[in-house]
Amino acid sequence: MESNRLYNLLVPIISVLLGLLFGAIIMLLFGYNPITGYVALWNGAFGDLYFAGETIVKVTPYILSGLAVAFAFRTGLFNIGVEGQVFVGWLASVWVGTALQLPMIIHLPLAILAAAVAGGLWGFVPGFLKAKFGVHEVIVSIMMNYIALYTCNAIIRNVLTDSADKTDRIAETASLSSPWLTELTFSRLHYGILIALLGAFLMWFILEKTTKGYELRSVGFNQHASQYAGMNVKSNIVLSFIISGGFAGVAGAMQGLGTFQFMSVHSGFTNIGFDGIAVALLGGNTAIGSVLAAFLFGTLKVGALNMPSAGVPEELVDIVVALIIFFVASGYIIRWVLNRMQKEGK
Amino acid sequence: MSIIDILQSIIPAAIFFAAPLIFTALGGVFSERSGVVNIGLEGLMVMGAFVAVVTNLSLASTMQELNLASLTPWISIMVAMVVSAIFSLVHAVASISFRADQVVSGVAINFLALGVSLFLVKQWYDKGQTDMVQQPFYTTDIWLLSDIPIIGPMFFSGYITSYVAILLAFVVWFVLYKTPFGLRLRSVGEHPMAADTNGIHVTKMRYIGVVLSGALGGLGGAVYALTIALNFSHATISGQGFMALAAMIFGKWHPLGAMGAALFFGFAQSLSVVSASIPLLENVPQVYLLIAPYVLTILALAGFIGRADAPKALGTPYIKGSR
Repeated sequence: MESNRLYNLLVPIISVLLGLLFGAIIMLLFGYNPITGYVALWNGAFGDLYFAGETIVKVTPYILSGLAVAFAFRTGLFNIGVEGQVFVGWLASVWVGTALQLPMIIHLPLAILAAAVAGGLWGFVPGFLKAKFGVHEVIVSIMMNYIALYTCNAIIRNVLTDSADKTDRIAETASLSSPWLTELTFSRLHYGILIALLGAFLMWFILEKTTKGYELRSVGFNQHASQYAGMNVKSNIVLSFIISGGFAGVAGAMQGLGTFQFMSVHSGFTNIGFDGIAVALLGGNTAIGSVLAAFLFGTLKVGALNMPSAGVPEELVDIVVALIIFFVASGYIIRWVLNRMQKEGK
Repeated sequence: MSIIDILQSIIPAAIFFAAPLIFTALGGVFSERSGVVNIGLEGLMVMGAFVAVVTNLSLASTMQELNLASLTPWISIMVAMVVSAIFSLVHAVASISFRADQVVSGVAINFLALGVSLFLVKQWYDKGQTDMVQQPFYTTDIWLLSDIPIIGPMFFSGYITSYVAILLAFVVWFVLYKTPFGLRLRSVGEHPMAADTNGIHVTKMRYIGVVLSGALGGLGGAVYALTIALNFSHATISGQGFMALAAMIFGKWHPLGAMGAALFFGFAQSLSVVSASIPLLENVPQVYLLIAPYVLTILALAGFIGRADAPKALGTPYIKGSR
């Protein structure tokens, strides 16, 4: 058991190092200096307060979308629909943020709650259809992504504005940004990161400390055993998808109430949801793991924007991220090598 | 506009949009029937589209001189198939030999394909997207058949690749259900231990399944690139692979079902494109037509298609000797 824990920590760390190593090899092969490349990446992510602020801005929705994917995974469900749930959450938060006039203490929580409810509703559909009709949740989630994309665009154009491409700015009372943080970093840094961390705590608490969480995890381990033990598998599936969608919706609220303060018409997906899959996987589908993985991916993505200053195409980072996921997936082979090394040492 | 005119504009468009999905979904059928989840279809399409466009651009001038310009797209899709098949080995090695979580490995494939292709586009063209392809596929009238009144222009005046796609679905059906190879491939996806006991090489069959999905996914991406997109950028393939995955599940992991589902998606997509010129539909707000294919798919799944059971051993690595 002890050593298992150790491996669970070692595998992601080794994967990250291997990913970075292969990234360096690719840079060498194409005639770039990997050291200057990675230094540029580091400076682009943490070089000064502005970059550090932007990194945290990127990390915030990643944490929540990672939590969303991870939560469903723990119940044995694959929520590939986080993308769409982010969209509806974003729209709902901006809608509440622009349409209502309320004191901040009500307005801001209400806007975030609206996002969670919208995301939860969007998650309810695949969960319900899975539980009731046994329809594969992946296919319904994918369809719901497209429905969210086109519906949100239509609502922005026809309901919230008069054929404009983006909504009005949200009211100050619904905003997560603070003049203090803006002056400090000159970035778009906002208080959303605190909400994301709170979300991580919430997920940990629900799954590890409540009876319902125990049921959810149990269904994830073995549906039949859970059924036999008297748990309602179907209602747990639906609940898991609703909570997962709720997290995703709040990720959208981070964009709407924090980073952008409005929502514009999108021609394609934001990739917050799809990147959330990577975050959850690297984080081992745990709350704390998702937070750490979100920080890593956020850092890599924002830092990458600075890599062209060292002559390296920023797309290199996407290769590194892919390799990290690949190595995490191949944990079995890493364990095997570690085991061999341990035995040789004895 | 008469009903025949409407059908004559919708049906060719439907087949045109469906072709890349058919190829890719058939690839998915091979992989998942052998027991390997392939959520990396999106990435395989990206790779196929990228290789096809790059091959096409690099060969264009040479082929022009040789007076063989009409062969360029064919060579391009062949190269794309081969490269994507090799690329899919990454997924095969991870999920079969390294016993990786197949969903995770598939996600990695999606990221990797996009990263590698965009990185190389930056390297080779020094910009975010390639130039437009000069020698894509063109529509052709099929000899004699296209002269049939009414149905000729509807069905027999289009891209040859579309007909190849539909034919291929029947070929795949034959291979999977009428040949010993197909029986073996399906058996390792249902009950690998029983298959192994009968002397079927489980690992080998699964490798074949994944590599075939790589080739067909690459083909799908290549056909998309050379008939619809005509260049390659980060947005060329955005979700078509997932749609193909959906088509495969919708079609219940059956080649002809997958083809039917892909044609349905193509039909719905063409409706939203040509709706402006159709009397009944011209006043419907566009958003309803845009979301129609997705809503209809969900309703169809919930209503009369119902439960779809995946191959039994889907997603579980085969470990010799374990029960």
